[in-house]
Amino acid sequence: MNKNNLILYSIILIFGLGAPFIFPAFKVQLSILCVLIILATTWNIQGGEMGYNSFGNILFYGLGMYLCASVQVGMFFPLAEWTESGGEKTFVHTPEQFFQGIAAGLIVAAVVPAIVAGLIGYSILGLRGHYFAICTLGLGVAAGEISGGIEIIGAGQGFTTPPFPDVGGLEARGEFFYFLSFLALVLTFIAVRSVYSTRFKLILNAIRDNEDKAEAMGIQTMKYKIIGWMISAFFCGLAGGIMGGLVGYIDSTDVAFDGREMGVFMVLMAILGGKGTLWGPVIGATVFHIFKEGFWTFFLGWQYVALGVLIVVIVIYFPEGIMGWLREKYPEKFGEVVDEADRKAQVELK
Amino acid sequence: MDFLVFQVPMLTVQALLDGLLLGILFALIAYGMALQWGVMNIINIAQGDLVILGGYIAYFMYLYGIHPGWGVIVSPIIMYFVGIGIYKLVINKVVDRDLFISILATFGISILFMQLMNFAFGADVVLANSNYGTTMLFDNSVTLPNSKIFSALISILFAIGLVIYMKKSKLGRAIRATAQNARAAKILGVDTEKVYAATFGINAALCGVAGALISITFTIHPYMGLPYTIRSFMIVIVAGLGNLPGVALSGMGLGVFEEFADYILGTEFRIGSVFLLLVLILVYRRFKLSRKREYLK
Repeated sequence: MNKNNLILYSIILIFGLGAPFIFPAFKVQLSILCVLIILATTWNIQGGEMGYNSFGNILFYGLGMYLCASVQVGMFFPLAEWTESGGEKTFVHTPEQFFQGIAAGLIVAAVVPAIVAGLIGYSILGLRGHYFAICTLGLGVAAGEISGGIEIIGAGQGFTTPPFPDVGGLEARGEFFYFLSFLALVLTFIAVRSVYSTRFKLILNAIRDNEDKAEAMGIQTMKYKIIGWMISAFFCGLAGGIMGGLVGYIDSTDVAFDGREMGVFMVLMAILGGKGTLWGPVIGATVFHIFKEGFWTFFLGWQYVALGVLIVVIVIYFPEGIMGWLREKYPEKFGEVVDEADRKAQVELK
Repeated sequence: MDFLVFQVPMLTVQALLDGLLLGILFALIAYGMALQWGVMNIINIAQGDLVILGGYIAYFMYLYGIHPGWGVIVSPIIMYFVGIGIYKLVINKVVDRDLFISILATFGISILFMQLMNFAFGADVVLANSNYGTTMLFDNSVTLPNSKIFSALISILFAIGLVIYMKKSKLGRAIRATAQNARAAKILGVDTEKVYAATFGINAALCGVAGALISITFTIHPYMGLPYTIRSFMIVIVAGLGNLPGVALSGMGLGVFEEFADYILGTEFRIGSVFLLLVLILVYRRFKLSRKREYLK
C-alpha cells in the first residue's frame, strides 16, 4: 500500500466515522448504503471477477436476515409464539438481551449461509453461463416462495424483528445500526481487498477468461469457485442480518428474498460501477443509491418503471460501467502503458 | 401429510387431466421461447409478462362485452406489434451480445411491464368468464371446465399452424435458415434484421394466444409473469432446442407435476416447487454431463 492509498483510505474512514454526525437526518439511508455496497462488492466476486453472473446471492442475504432474527428471538423467547403474535409486544428484550442476541444472530447469519454456499456450491457452480444465471434466479425465487409457507418464521404474515431497546431513543438506534453496518462494510472491504491482492484473484480471472484452460493449467477451479461463493455468502448473510434489524420487519418475498429489488440492485450496482474492479461496486452503489433515493421520492409509485428503464439503459448503453469508462479515458491511471502516438492515431481513426 | 390424491383414484385422474390440459398451454409458451432462443440466441425473461399482457387484452374484451374467446384472435395481432416494438427498441441492441446482457435487459423489460400493467389494470387477480360450462366425466366424479378443453384445442391448433407455416412459407424458411447460420443466410440475401423482428413478433403473438387462454381458464395478475418464463425455460431445456414433440411432452409433464405438487404439498408451495424443480433439473443434467467431462452451455 503506497502513501497515496493510505491517505485516501484514512480520509474515507474518517468520513465514514463522522458521516452520521455530519448528516444526522440520513442515518438510516447511510446504513442502507453500507449494506448496498457490501452486496455489490460481494456480487462482484462472482459476476465481475469469476464471470459467473449470479442472481442467487439474494438467497444468502435473505437467509441471513431470517437466521439473525430467529436467533435473536429464539435465544430468549419461544420463536413460534413470537411470530404468531405478529409484532405485539408480548415479549420485550432487555437491552442486554438485545445486544447479546444481535451479536449471536449476526455470527450465525454470516456463518450458516457460507456453509450453505459450500454445500450447494459443488452442484450449482458446475453450471456455466446463462444456465448458472437462470438456475440461481430459480434458487432465489424458490427460497422466497418456500419460506413464505413456513409457519414458524411467520409464513405469509411476516416476522417482526426485536425492536431496539429503550436506551437513547431513535438517535441511538440510528447510530447503532449505522456503525454496525459501517463496521461490516469495512470488514468486507478489507477481506475482499486482501483476497484480491493474492493469487486467488488471478485464479478467479483465469476462470472468467477461460475455465477449461485454467483447469488444464492444473488449477482446481471448482475449489476456488466454491471458496469465492462462500466469501460472498458470508458477507451477504451478514448484510442481511443487519438489514433485518434495520428494517424491523421481514417478509419472505418483499424484504428477504426480494429478487425484484435487492437481487437486481446488486447486479445493477456492480455493472453501473464497473464489473471486475475493486472500487467499481462501491462507486456504483453510491451513485445508484443517491439516484434511487432522489427518484423514489419524486416519482413515488413510478419507481419500478424507472428501475426497469434504468436496467435496460445501463445494460445496453453502459455495460462497462463508470470504472470501465474511466479506464478507457485515462488508461495511464490504471497502470496501463500507452504509446502516445498509437493513442493519437486511434483517436484520429474514430 | 396425507396423500389423498393417491388414495382416491378419481382425484388422480382429475389431477392428471388438469395437468395435461395445463401442460399443453405451457408447451405453447415454451414453443415461442424455443423459437426465439434458437433463432436469435436470446433468453427472454419478459416472456411471462408478454403472456400476462395478452391475457389482459382478452380480459378487456370481456369487460367491454365481447366474448373473451375472441381474444385468441385479437390478442396475438396486438401482441405481434408489441413484440416488434420491443424488438426495435431493445432487443436488436442485444442480439449479438453476451447472453447475460440479454437476460438482464429483458429482466428490466419484465420489471417495467409488471409495473405498467399494475398501473393500467390494477393489482387485482382477474378472470375473464367464458361461460363455457363444465363437462362431467366418470359419474360426475371428475370435473373438467370446458374452457380448459377449449384452450388446449386452440393451443394445439396454433402450434400445428405455426409448424406448417415455418415449413412452407417464405418467411418460415428464412427464419429456419437464420437459425441454422445467420451469416450464411445474410450472404444469401435474407434480411436477418427483418427475420429477427418477425421472430420476436411471432413469439409475442404466441404469448398473446396463451395469455388470452390463461385469462379464460385461470386467473391473471400483473406479477404472475415470472413463473411462466421459468416454466417455459424449463420445458425448453428439458426438451432441447428445435425438438417440438419434446416440447409438447415435457410441457404436459410439467403440467402434471404441478397439479400433483399442488395436491401433495399444498397450494402455497406450488410456485416454489416449480422453481425448485428447475434447479433440480439443471443440477441433474450438470452431474450427468460432468461424467463425460462436459457441461451445460
